[in-house]
Amino acid sequence: MDEIKSVLREVLLELHPDVDPDTETALADKKIIDSFDIVTIIARIDEEFDVAVTADKIIPANFNSIDALAALVSSLMDED
Amino acid sequence: MQNNVLDYLDETVRRLPDKTAFSDGESSYTFSELYGSIRSAATYILKAGLKREAVLVFMKRSPATVAAFFSVIAAGCYYVPIDEEMPAARIRLIAENVKARLCICDEDSFDKAEGFAAGAERVIFSEIEKTAEDAAALDRVRDEAIDTDPLYIVFTSGSTGVPKGVIACHRSVIEYIEQLSETLGFSEDTVFANQSPLYFDACLKELYPVIKFGATAYITPKELFMYPVKLVEYLNLHRVNTVCWVVSALTMISAFGTFDTVRPEYLRTVAFGSEVFPMKQFKLWRDALPAAAFTNLYGPTECTGMSCFFHVDRELADDEPIPIGRPFKNTRILLLDENGREAEEGEICITGTCVTLGYYNNPVKTEEAFVQNPLNSAWRETVYRTGDMGRRNSRGELVFVSRKDYQIKHMGHRIELGEIEANVNESEGIRLCGCVYHKEKERIVLYYTGDVEKAALLSELKEKLPRYMLPNHMERLEEMPFTPNGKIDRVRLLKMYEELLASKKR
Repeated sequence: MDEIKSVLREVLLELHPDVDPDTETALADKKIIDSFDIVTIIARIDEEFDVAVTADKIIPANFNSIDALAALVSSLMDED
Repeated sequence: MQNNVLDYLDETVRRLPDKTAFSDGESSYTFSELYGSIRSAATYILKAGLKREAVLVFMKRSPATVAAFFSVIAAGCYYVPIDEEMPAARIRLIAENVKARLCICDEDSFDKAEGFAAGAERVIFSEIEKTAEDAAALDRVRDEAIDTDPLYIVFTSGSTGVPKGVIACHRSVIEYIEQLSETLGFSEDTVFANQSPLYFDACLKELYPVIKFGATAYITPKELFMYPVKLVEYLNLHRVNTVCWVVSALTMISAFGTFDTVRPEYLRTVAFGSEVFPMKQFKLWRDALPAAAFTNLYGPTECTGMSCFFHVDRELADDEPIPIGRPFKNTRILLLDENGREAEEGEICITGTCVTLGYYNNPVKTEEAFVQNPLNSAWRETVYRTGDMGRRNSRGELVFVSRKDYQIKHMGHRIELGEIEANVNESEGIRLCGCVYHKEKERIVLYYTGDVEKAALLSELKEKLPRYMLPNHMERLEEMPFTPNGKIDRVRLLKMYEELLASKKR
């Protein structure tokens, strides 16, 4: 889990250096991330962890925080 | 005879006063509310002493923005939409170009407008829509109006970096709405989901058919386009049956397997344009909605929205681009070569009522693009030169070939970068690609997104393209840069390559 989070932290920081990925819990709800960010995050998840985020998982709740994203990645990896 | 776009509303409000015209799911206007709001706000604009001049509308995407546009028209003026999504520098350039005396804001944008609308009075729409209506004054404005009076100015990016304001008149917009409606079969039952920003001419497709037919448009919140399942659920909740969207909004849904979870249940008309629809993604759509009609639209802002259409009513090969078909009725397309003669393949030039009034306060650029028909020296006949190259296929359908300015000479060969892109797009796993040419280094540079390795892609291309057309440098991107119009930003791609070259020097 820590490894997943460290990759996600890097991705989020690249996109929004001004937002602390470890404390922000409303990335989607506050509209901090936009559609381009979502596409980027999905692409990076695919590259780094070799799992595909499908449409049913592309919901704000999964993108609100680093913990939510890490849980998403980990559940997708378990499914494989 | 109709000579004003608001004639549509005058008819419809009598017939369907209580029907919803525009909604975003939260706020909405019925036709009678819209009518009243427009007449009141227009009275304010008249009393402020404005006449046949530009009015800035700086409001967040909402039904009220549409009401503000219409109230500017009802006052005999023309609207200039700006948006907080636009970079501040761009807004300033626009404000300097139009020199408006009035800027209509909402509560949130009022303070922000101070920075650029220095010479303009700022008003809040929800306040001016409470003005007591002066019916006699409004009727007088309408009596004096002619259909060549301007309706709006929308800004498109200029190749030099300074935006150009395209100014269109009532006659062109009425013509467009009539032809588009007939082509796509709009009616009173049409329920639109608007996707395009309200500061582009693309939103004409929803705004005016709604008041013409008494249809309904949902101004879909922008953030929904991030969440494909929620977006489709929104379409279903509001029983949306018609979308006219850019291709990238449609592929956002199809590319992530959304149709495995949910399908747009009521959708029967899907129009798209502004970019090539990758055949793989198109087929996902068609398979998900076998009963729906799919129409490819093509046209420049300079000719009022769209000029050509193609109903996708036959099987297309994977490597066959979706044609742009034929012009709308009452629009003529000429394919002209560099000597101004008609050619099999040539620059797409457009003539007809659709041709707009030119670029606002910019006679130089206007003269360059809006020219006398070179085939005619007997009377004044303006054609708009699109800068797009087109040809006719064996069925006589128009096919977009490429941008004129992407044609290059490389190692003595004449090459269309669009042709390289088309071949890359055929490759399995490619999502998007953009090809640029670095003149000094004489290098064809390819940027792409998708799930394919450079080496594999190159060996595949070697099988399809002559040696001299192979990219000299390839790079896979995580995301493709887009212009505000939703097209691949090739200027940015070239800049990225230049940065790469510079970094290697160090």
